[in-house]
Amino acid sequence: MKRRIAVVTFPGSNDDRDAARAVRRMGGEPVPAWHRDPDLRGADAVILPGGFSYGDYLRCGAIARFAPVMDAIREHAAAGGPVLGVCNGFQILCEAGLLPGALIRNRGLAFICRRVHVRAETARTPFTASVEPGEVLEVPIKHGEGQFVADEPTLARLEDGGQVVFRYCGPDGRVGEEFNPNGAAHHIAGVCNEAGNVVGMMPHPEHAVDPDVGPTGGQALFESLLSAVPVTA
Amino acid sequence: MRRAFTVVVSLKEGLLDPQGKAVLDALPTMGWDNVEEVRVGKHVRLVIDSDDLEGARAQAEEIARRLLANPVIEDVHVTDGAPESRSSADDEEERA
Repeated sequence: MKRRIAVVTFPGSNDDRDAARAVRRMGGEPVPAWHRDPDLRGADAVILPGGFSYGDYLRCGAIARFAPVMDAIREHAAAGGPVLGVCNGFQILCEAGLLPGALIRNRGLAFICRRVHVRAETARTPFTASVEPGEVLEVPIKHGEGQFVADEPTLARLEDGGQVVFRYCGPDGRVGEEFNPNGAAHHIAGVCNEAGNVVGMMPHPEHAVDPDVGPTGGQALFESLLSAVPVTA
Repeated sequence: MRRAFTVVVSLKEGLLDPQGKAVLDALPTMGWDNVEEVRVGKHVRLVIDSDDLEGARAQAEEIARRLLANPVIEDVHVTDGAPESRSSADDEEERA
């Protein structure tokens, strides 16, 4: 039986279709969810996709966090259900307080759209369960506000608690300023909550599952999700 | 009664402001080389319809805290809600 993965569309989301396509391509069943929906229709996991919800007005994700569907997502997360926020989805999860820190304007101010390498730092999330810690994945980024920031105590807590999920790196896994596209603190590309079931990441795994189109670093995340997620009764 | 609040949202001290830096870097081309710092924030005007000033102020504070500013990266300040009329025609109607 296929795992059912909800993909939320907010006004201005634009990577929802690719997220649904990636789920389907990797063997799951995508469940379209609308920002006004009161529930996730029994989906096993939920993806908040990339895009420009509410035009990025005020702050990226600031308005989407108040969408009615966020109540269902909060409940799902509190019950330990897997939640993945990609790019704008990551921004929404941070604004909603479901993930620590915040995403601000890229250090160089320019919108960046290119392939990068990220190093998976932990296998304790449903999205990295079948990934080796230290494994390097090639994935695209496309964002203007991807610089992850948090105060020093929070950053220490994330590092000590294994909440850093992805770090920007070179092709061989080396971490350094030269591989950090946006100035993110500690070169962080993705984090998870304390329980490890909610993950946010700036790179786009949904754009990296099809070898005909580009790199396939995203396949590992969907493989992990679709084998790790228990099917709801 | 319409009450107008002004909300000022500022980046927290110490946080890098790439926008402010871009503005700062542009100033020498205008001829100013003595500007040491630029930080860019937001100014929001909130007009609330309420006869209760205290309640309206509390509401403005909540809107400011929960939506207008992100407490992780921003500080927020709300001014008092001065009463404001819609137009002189409305004033006429109220006085009648």
